[in-house]
Amino acid sequence: MPPGNPATELDKPMEMQPVMRAEDDAREHLVVIGNGMAGCRAVEEVLARDPGRYRVTIFGAEPRVNYNRIMLSPVLAGEKSFDEIVINTAEWYADNAIELIAGDPVIAIDREARIVTSRAGVATAYDRLLIATGSDPFIIPVPGHDMPGVISFRDMDDVDAMLAAANKGGSAVVIGGGLLGLEAAHGLSLRGMKVTVLHLMPTLMERQLDEAAGWLLKQALEERGQTILTGADTAAITGETHVTGVELKDGTVIPADLVVMAVGIRPSTALAKQAGLAVGRGIQVDDHMVSSDPAILAVGECVEHDGQCYGLVAPLWDMCRALADHLTGAPTGYRGSVTSTKLKVSGIDVFSAGDFSGGPECEDIVLRDASRGIYKRVVVKADRIVGAVLYGDTADGAWYFDLLKKQECVADIRDALIFGQAFAQGGGAADPRAAVAALSEDAEICGCNGVTKEQVVTCIEAGACSLDAVRGTCKASASCGSCTGLVETLLELTLGEAVQAGPKTMCKCTSFGHDDVRREIVAQAMRSIPEVMQKLHWSTPDGCSSCRPALNYYLLCALPGEYVDDQQSRFVNERLHANIQKDGTYSVVPRMWGGLTNPRELRAIADVVEKYDAPMVKVTGGQRLDIFGIKKEDLPAVWADLNAAGMVSGHAYGKALRTVKTCVGSDWCRFGTQDSTGLGVKLERMSWGSWMPHKFKIAVSGCPRNCAEATIKDFGIICVDSGYELHVGGNGGIHLRGTDLLCKVATEQEAMDYCAAFIQLYREEARYLERTAPWIERVGLDYLKSRLIEDAAGREKLRARFLYAKSFSQRDPWAQRAAGTEREHHAPIGRFIPRKEMA
Amino acid sequence: MIGDWLDIGWLEDIPVRGSRVLQVEGGDDIAVFRTGENKVFALRDRCPHKHGRLSQGIVHGGAVACPLHNWRIALATGEALGDDKGCTPTVPVKISGGRVLICRAGTLKAAA
Repeated sequence: MPPGNPATELDKPMEMQPVMRAEDDAREHLVVIGNGMAGCRAVEEVLARDPGRYRVTIFGAEPRVNYNRIMLSPVLAGEKSFDEIVINTAEWYADNAIELIAGDPVIAIDREARIVTSRAGVATAYDRLLIATGSDPFIIPVPGHDMPGVISFRDMDDVDAMLAAANKGGSAVVIGGGLLGLEAAHGLSLRGMKVTVLHLMPTLMERQLDEAAGWLLKQALEERGQTILTGADTAAITGETHVTGVELKDGTVIPADLVVMAVGIRPSTALAKQAGLAVGRGIQVDDHMVSSDPAILAVGECVEHDGQCYGLVAPLWDMCRALADHLTGAPTGYRGSVTSTKLKVSGIDVFSAGDFSGGPECEDIVLRDASRGIYKRVVVKADRIVGAVLYGDTADGAWYFDLLKKQECVADIRDALIFGQAFAQGGGAADPRAAVAALSEDAEICGCNGVTKEQVVTCIEAGACSLDAVRGTCKASASCGSCTGLVETLLELTLGEAVQAGPKTMCKCTSFGHDDVRREIVAQAMRSIPEVMQKLHWSTPDGCSSCRPALNYYLLCALPGEYVDDQQSRFVNERLHANIQKDGTYSVVPRMWGGLTNPRELRAIADVVEKYDAPMVKVTGGQRLDIFGIKKEDLPAVWADLNAAGMVSGHAYGKALRTVKTCVGSDWCRFGTQDSTGLGVKLERMSWGSWMPHKFKIAVSGCPRNCAEATIKDFGIICVDSGYELHVGGNGGIHLRGTDLLCKVATEQEAMDYCAAFIQLYREEARYLERTAPWIERVGLDYLKSRLIEDAAGREKLRARFLYAKSFSQRDPWAQRAAGTEREHHAPIGRFIPRKEMA
Repeated sequence: MIGDWLDIGWLEDIPVRGSRVLQVEGGDDIAVFRTGENKVFALRDRCPHKHGRLSQGIVHGGAVACPLHNWRIALATGEALGDDKGCTPTVPVKISGGRVLICRAGTLKAAA
């Protein structure tokens, strides 16, 4: 209702003598300190209840009418003008006979005399005083914090200063990755500045978002061109007469023409403290917003109610209602607010409410849809929602918040809760299967690939009776996988018992199989293990000893020359480049190309055995020498000695090319048809050093008598008079498997080319720890032939990819370690000698 | 004056999700672990199963997988996880000012 008619009538004849008015007006005088959102809202609430009750005077520090402070960000971003964010225009003050003293803040309160004094010296008597001073930006007291070019982000003056700086272009540093800082960064970025955000905590907006949502936000902002540095501790702001940059505690200096401090706000309590009111973190008030002085009230960000301070709008409105009820004689009382935050950060929807820190007895229900950039998490405790975080899709924020505030029991809708209100209440809410059954035919099941329920069901009815088959045909759940549960339910609903179990998952940390993970690594161009775990919603913080080595390999294979190997995701043998033995010592196998050796190498091996007291040397099945019993600390020295004789790592410890076994061939043997030894050496020179899904062995036999046992190797060549038979997929081991004949070629070069292409196909498509034998049984020899024989261009591409990848891996790891890299893998951190210490 | 805590080095000396070994003369090695969350733990460097070197295992979450037979050992308690049964002695260890401090008495006891 439009308030204030009687007052308006009264005003008119008095206009000429405003000084007289106060004395003639017998009404109680309500003086408000603060012309912001809380102060004005409180006045509006009072006027709405009893328009004629108080004579009102408002003091404001800023020389302008009340505007919506929350909308400063759109003004900075150029989406709104100042006029568009004004809440109370000059007419409002006039129409309601409110005296506005803007640009002249109150600097003292005399409680005894009930008089406030402004900076300009105006003394005003009050009957009731309302303090609504809001909050002050917190400035980190680092050197240079008061230099020109350093500003906060709190009022319109700050926005004007930022706009002036942005007009000159250049770079800006925003200190603080909370809501305000990110808004400032977004605005400045849109205004053409190069923006860097420094945030002390490990994740952005840690008070509103959990770690996962904070990570998604960081990714999104970086894609928008901002630089985000988390864990960045500001040491100083540099510059002589004007800001030139920000220096971090780690010594990094980031150049800047503008620094925006947005690290947080503090209740503005200086005036209240000075007046002797009870002040904790904020001005302490009771349920009626009355301070320790019954004539003085306070609302908004400056107050502390029941130990809580609030920095959001919703509680502020609640407080203003309670205050107005009290001031108009119908007290109701404020009981504190449960807060939710729903906002757009740089165009990204974010919502959070309640307590999402988790803890004992709390259960998390999480839904991630990485491709659409959606993350939802609802925290449930004793069947009640206690907190929620939504990122990317906040449509159900209000619904979760309502359930949270009302403390409604969600046990009946728990299974469908995370899918949102429409889903959880759309038909048989209690049973997720019924909920899925109730979905309309055109309901979208898979957002990534735009697949409707009807399409999924049609695909199942056409014969796709497993999750994998559905993924392979209509693509539902084949991308981010978050709708896997829905697709599985549709399979059950459509087929009943006839559903086939899906492929085994990689490990307990994920619901994805190896093939899914690999496909997504490539499709989404993922670059690190943490990124894979995040995007594919790993259920453990850093994986396990099964998935970590697999992910490390998949990334290494997908990004040759770019991916940095994670040593801590390697099994000990690959980390130490030697084979651990049961007593904790290691065995060392230098490479002997094609099984050939010479006196120099043999002498060096003999010397190592004596020098390091190796208790045993053994000839291996792969035509090499294995030195046993070397201590971890001695490994680098052993390698240095072997390197000096020209020997390199034999990778006897790795998921990599092990040995190339050869027979003596046509040079010596009366049956030999080709130079099998020479070809073996060439193959080994071509293939050594590359990481593979599992160990890989090659052999070349010079004739069909097959002395090199080539038909139980991963890749075996049998030389014949007319050329070379290429065999694949054999191994010894627990399940002996003879090779399959892939094809026959005429020249040595062709044999090498096919070998390279075969290895690369194996590297790219076999699952980690899958030898070639089970891989070939799984995909079929026909598939290999289609890729390696029928598709000559494809074969050539595979070969080229292998040669490219191996160009990064043919560096002897022993030489690097012998030269001192990664010393910590070998040396103890220290040695404790108790008796020496006692002495 | 002999302190109760032995200063064995910087936290940074231990790789994240890795470990280093403290040799103890006349006793077993002590493995000092650093997790992904930068917490430190110390255990006798022996798996309760076949005495594998836990220091050489893959650290994940709050556990280490023994390199010999993939038993998972909880770093905080030394207990084998899952269906396996067994326990390795733990040694109190803490971080102070970036330095890793290990309990002297605990070290002697676990190494013995």
